[in-house]
Amino acid sequence: MTMHEDALRRASSQGGWDRRTLLKTFGAGALAIAGVPSLAACTGGSGPSGGASSGSKTVSFGSGSSDEVPKNAYKAVTDAFTKKSGVTVNTNVVPHNDFQNKINTYLQGSPDDTFTWFAGYRMQYYAGKGLLAPIDDVWEKIGGNYSEAMKKASTGADGKMYFVPNYNYPWGFFYRKSLWTEKGYEVPATFDALTALAKKMQADGLIPIEFADKDGWPAMGTFDYLNMRLNGYQFHMDLTAHKESWDQKKVSDVFDTWKALLPFQNPNALGMTWQDSAKNLENKKSGMYLLGSFLTQQYTDKTVADDIDFFPFPELAMEGRDAVEAPIDGLLLSKKGGENQSARDFLAYLGTPEGQDVYASVDGSNIAAAKGADTSKFSPLSKKMADVIANAKSISQFFDRDALPAMANNVMIPALQSFIKDGSVDVKNLEAQAKSLYAAQ
Amino acid sequence: MSTLSKTSPRGARRTAAPRAGRVRRLSRRDKWVLSLMVGLPTLIQLVLVWIPTLLSAALSFTRWNGLSLDDIKPAGLSNYQFIAENYPPFWPAVQHNVLWLVFLAVIATPLGLLLAILLDQNIRGTKIYQSIFFTPVMLSLALIGVIWQLFYNRDSGLLNFLLGTAGTPHAVDWFGDSGVNIWAALIAATWRHAGYVMILYLAGLKGVDPTLREAAQIDGANAVQTFFRVIFPAMRPVNVIIIVITVIESLRAFDIVYVINRGTNGLELISALVIQNLVGEGQVIGVGSALAVILLVISLVPITFYLSRAFGKDKEA
Repeated sequence: MTMHEDALRRASSQGGWDRRTLLKTFGAGALAIAGVPSLAACTGGSGPSGGASSGSKTVSFGSGSSDEVPKNAYKAVTDAFTKKSGVTVNTNVVPHNDFQNKINTYLQGSPDDTFTWFAGYRMQYYAGKGLLAPIDDVWEKIGGNYSEAMKKASTGADGKMYFVPNYNYPWGFFYRKSLWTEKGYEVPATFDALTALAKKMQADGLIPIEFADKDGWPAMGTFDYLNMRLNGYQFHMDLTAHKESWDQKKVSDVFDTWKALLPFQNPNALGMTWQDSAKNLENKKSGMYLLGSFLTQQYTDKTVADDIDFFPFPELAMEGRDAVEAPIDGLLLSKKGGENQSARDFLAYLGTPEGQDVYASVDGSNIAAAKGADTSKFSPLSKKMADVIANAKSISQFFDRDALPAMANNVMIPALQSFIKDGSVDVKNLEAQAKSLYAAQ
Repeated sequence: MSTLSKTSPRGARRTAAPRAGRVRRLSRRDKWVLSLMVGLPTLIQLVLVWIPTLLSAALSFTRWNGLSLDDIKPAGLSNYQFIAENYPPFWPAVQHNVLWLVFLAVIATPLGLLLAILLDQNIRGTKIYQSIFFTPVMLSLALIGVIWQLFYNRDSGLLNFLLGTAGTPHAVDWFGDSGVNIWAALIAATWRHAGYVMILYLAGLKGVDPTLREAAQIDGANAVQTFFRVIFPAMRPVNVIIIVITVIESLRAFDIVYVINRGTNGLELISALVIQNLVGEGQVIGVGSALAVILLVISLVPITFYLSRAFGKDKEA
């Protein structure tokens, strides 16, 4: 259970939630107002925790990777870095749920020099607010280790570099090889081939495309891919950043195209979690499943795990299969950390194949982001996924990382769920909501 | 309040001075203790309740990204306008809250009363039954989620198994079907609420003077008449509490829909929308605060009404 924190966090919708948290939130306004002046005073000079002066021999590192395996993996990285450079790294591990929910106050308070985060809109957002330090000098050293798509994903809106990718995992169609050989199915390269295949599967009594959306977020993956394949990567990015209007034909075309796919997706999706769907795929009740590669974590039985294969989302209208949805996790440098040369060295270390190998030696469930990283221990499936990412011209981060989180959580989830229910969507209303929410930022 | 506590002893001393030492006995230390005892709770109340409430109300007229205080922009009524006109989950949420109230008032609360009356009859094992019916009130959120999952799961749940539809395409999707899941959630809510009401009424019934019952029997009233004409009116303080609790529970109903699907897809409730907009990733402080204010105003209306009526009558009596 280490792979996709984001997914797991949401999957555990039955997690600890009490009224106290609610009260805290109502109190948050008061605390924020009382606390900001003093906190602002902290960020001005050198903070109390970790050394902020240049040439300091300590680095403070805030980690939201609180699950056992990634936690140990980051520990291995910091240990290796300390051994190599003599710099002490003080790691503060925070449960990932808290870490993400409190990122606003964290960044304005006294953040660690460097901390775990994702690529995408929210990275760019905080960069734009001046809460992060640009790391172009680090990228001069490590730039050669990353593909063009990785570089693009690490760039802020101002064109400066902010992010060092550590690992990622692609979204695509997963299926059971044995079922497909038995029935003689072939991997579809185009959308038409996909629907033709789905029809065949339906005739064979299968649910062609497994689908689950009780938690609301998995359906975003289908939307992202359809939009990118239909309107191109750049349009998808502009739409999620709300530089494009939702109230236009290009967007309603995405939903119209999806409508053609809807009859082949599991009709009970709204009552199912992705783990339920994973079970259906395992039991050969369904033909294929569009999800992130964290899906494979569900298959603890080795014979099943070895029987899983993957193909990228088929070609539709433009750009072939150039764009891949592959959320990237990595590190950022806080504004305060920008003054600490050792923190920059630490980021540079993580961006080398050496640093990546150390991480992967403990947490092998993800795909190392740097090019020269050791792939000899990869399973054939991981190798395939790594190739797809390496050859991608552009990488999207998943809707909730590419868009304003409020847009994803408060607008898209209900909109997609009602679309799944009755096949209708009100793009005018989507635009009205987007306008209001993005204006509040 | 704190000013009151300071002035009142002084005022009292002045008027009561001729009437010998009773007030004078309030030494300096007593006054300190008194003002501490009044002031501290007032302060806590102020910090934990009133200031956040007022701040929340103030924030509902602004746009804020939660980052720097400079980013707070006045927005007038636009958050409220957004909620009323452009926020699709809002009106369904209002409807669901009303439905919740009606369901609790018409079914859950009377059910709790019925359980209380039955268990008050000194039947064998009444303590065990009480514990069983009260257990749901004490269970944690996560456990409730698991328990109802066992009942309602589409493929492996008990309910579909009893209906004989488990694993077939006709199986009812209790949580996923937006026409059904609100009723599923209401039944789960009843399961908790009835136990709560039962305990309160049991206490109320124990508190009723047994001579009332005997007098009614001597006057020839049957059991039903005794209950509705004598016992039930005699429990008026409990009844008021129950009404208030029922209203509050229906307005702050939250946990059950949250464990099912976090209040989406047919399970929208105002409280769930408040959470969605104020906590965590989908944070939109202006809209969330506006929703919280709406919920607060709605809650204040019935509560004020019933409390003033209840206390007003007490004074008359």
